[in-house]
Amino acid sequence: MSTVARKKSLIWDYLTTVDHKKIAILYLIAGGLFFLVGGLEALFIRIQLAKPNNDFLVGGLYNEVLTMHGTTMIFLAAMPLVFAMMNAVVPIQIGARDVAFPFLNALGFWLFFFGGVFLNCSWFLGGAPDAGWTSYASLSLESPGHGIDFYVLGLQISGIGTLIGGINFLVTIINMRAPGMTYMRMPMFTWATFVTSALILFAFPPLTVGLVLMMMDRLFGGNFFNAAAGGNTIIWEHLFWIFGHPEVYILVLPAFGIFSEIFATFSRKRLFGYSSMVFATVLIGFLGFMVWAHHMFTTGLGPIANAIFAVATMAIAVPTGIKIFNWLFTMWGGSIKFTTPMMYAVAFIPSFVMGGVTGVMNAAAAADYQYHDSYFVVAHFHYVIVGGVVFALLAGAHYWWPKMFGKMLNETLGKITFWLFFIGFHLTFFIQHFLGLMGMPRRIFTYLPGQGLETGNFISTVGAFFMAAATIILLINVVITSVKGEKVSADPWGDGRTLEWAVASPPPEYNFAQTPLVRGLDALWIEKMEGKKGLTPAEPLGDIHMPNSSILPFVISLGLFIAAFGFMYHAKYSWSLFVGIGGLLITFICMFLRSVVDDHGFHIHKEEVLETEKGVKA
Amino acid sequence: MANPTNAGNPKVDLAYRRKKNAAEMKHQVISFALMIALTLVAFFAVGYDEFSHWFSVPFILLLAAVQVAFQLYYFMHMSHKGHEIPALFLYGGVLVAFVTIWAFMTIVWW
Repeated sequence: MSTVARKKSLIWDYLTTVDHKKIAILYLIAGGLFFLVGGLEALFIRIQLAKPNNDFLVGGLYNEVLTMHGTTMIFLAAMPLVFAMMNAVVPIQIGARDVAFPFLNALGFWLFFFGGVFLNCSWFLGGAPDAGWTSYASLSLESPGHGIDFYVLGLQISGIGTLIGGINFLVTIINMRAPGMTYMRMPMFTWATFVTSALILFAFPPLTVGLVLMMMDRLFGGNFFNAAAGGNTIIWEHLFWIFGHPEVYILVLPAFGIFSEIFATFSRKRLFGYSSMVFATVLIGFLGFMVWAHHMFTTGLGPIANAIFAVATMAIAVPTGIKIFNWLFTMWGGSIKFTTPMMYAVAFIPSFVMGGVTGVMNAAAAADYQYHDSYFVVAHFHYVIVGGVVFALLAGAHYWWPKMFGKMLNETLGKITFWLFFIGFHLTFFIQHFLGLMGMPRRIFTYLPGQGLETGNFISTVGAFFMAAATIILLINVVITSVKGEKVSADPWGDGRTLEWAVASPPPEYNFAQTPLVRGLDALWIEKMEGKKGLTPAEPLGDIHMPNSSILPFVISLGLFIAAFGFMYHAKYSWSLFVGIGGLLITFICMFLRSVVDDHGFHIHKEEVLETEKGVKA
Repeated sequence: MANPTNAGNPKVDLAYRRKKNAAEMKHQVISFALMIALTLVAFFAVGYDEFSHWFSVPFILLLAAVQVAFQLYYFMHMSHKGHEIPALFLYGGVLVAFVTIWAFMTIVWW
């Protein structure tokens, strides 16, 4: 089949695609939309708290907005945006033509998407979840209405998608590296993706178990967390944080990976201390599983458990410190170019270190009794997540935008976005440390005048609007670039070091006409330094085997989406149970079809590859 | 032996392969016999009234662990080369599961 004959409508193409580059764009769009929703919720929170005794969002509605802000930002914005970067870049960085399981890759995306849509349907169907993003059982089991059910089922569905995505990247990185790409030659972002995927593999099952138990309690008369019936509400907290703490590293390790790429590229130097970077990444991933109870110091674990978890938590500062120094030494003596991604990277270091320092403060269990549930904690984790993860996602978006879309985002607008976001971020969250130390508890919807909290909260709200303005300018930049932007070459920054900068922007669907031979770290840089124009091929030019696209991932996920509605309302309407079973049937029939019907894929013939490559060179 | 492309050819080094397969078969049969024996011992330990539960429960758990190792290393070929990554992830999972259960045993259900 020729490329022309396979032309189909754009929407159908994206609904059925199994191409990692198109799935990356899907993740970017869906994650971006949820990021806007979560950002809007953040603005509502800040408007409500702008002045004392405000009545913009009162009581229950505030709880819903607050819960959905946290849940949306973590599960539906940050995670998929991280996956967008991984999908766009990792297969190309390791010299592969796609991920190991392209079909599963599409399935992972659609499961996340339908889970997210399901969660947000709650706004229109009687109210959103309102027990905080941690949804502690003693609170959430008492929550009336279906809000928590939306949380439980929506996160379950999107969680399966994340788990599938993580396993896919593990297999891809272990099995699909190009010849010569040893583990210690993998770019730092690929290493980060690898460790992150391992964390997903081990961290998501506890969440799944916790959500299943809560589903039983909420929907099917279980009593796992019901102390009155012999259950134990603390079990949820442990299961949630055994997942929840590694989740923090699932988000921030890819951020570290993105910045490592950016520092090396725009300092035009090899990443300083590459092997210690790898070591630190793995160590952070390992320690990340040993510290979850530091979220529960005030639960009453006892002094011994608190001390152990406090010391383990502080130990994480060591590998993180290694990384910080390596980034500084990468810049040291480099010929630095202050592009938009580099500005985010440089700003990230002090911002993230502040989050790290307050993290060590929180880790001191005795002191944590004072910080716990105050705005100090809110300030801490926003410094880590916005100053680390969001900065990295914005930097990565600017850095890889030309690779994903073939057009360069406008640098001037990008820098305006950066400055607005950077100033707004510190304006919003720096003052919250002090609000917390003055005694403002988190999660409250209002406060009284005359307690010294007015000025701090007002400043914080002003900062939030700066970040909103930055986001709007970013959107304008995207629109302008899409309409007017000029086509760019394979290596638009001019200093690309890793394999993704050796293929066209955007890359052809098969990525590499010939699988490259990797001769060291920063494979493209090595070739450049030897005066070569392209990569050294590891195989002769030949026909390329590609997977067929399929609508099944979409339908499988749709089935679970329908099933979730059916099971949620089963207590209210007797026929609803059949809707649930019907939804599951759709899913299982599609899985059956996928197992039984052979799909051999197709070949892109050598002549077509040659023709495409000629178009690229010209 | 001048042709290195014969490396994947099963007819080359037939004698060596035979010997290797025979050795492997021997290992499998031995471990199979041991596993049956261990199962019998486990049944005996539970059935024998003189042993207290404080002995037999940890004892059969130990036997179970040995059997899992046999299963993985002899029947599922983890003793062979090229299984380092699966082993790493397997032990990683075991570690995380162990820490979880340990925590629950000590600070949740104390």
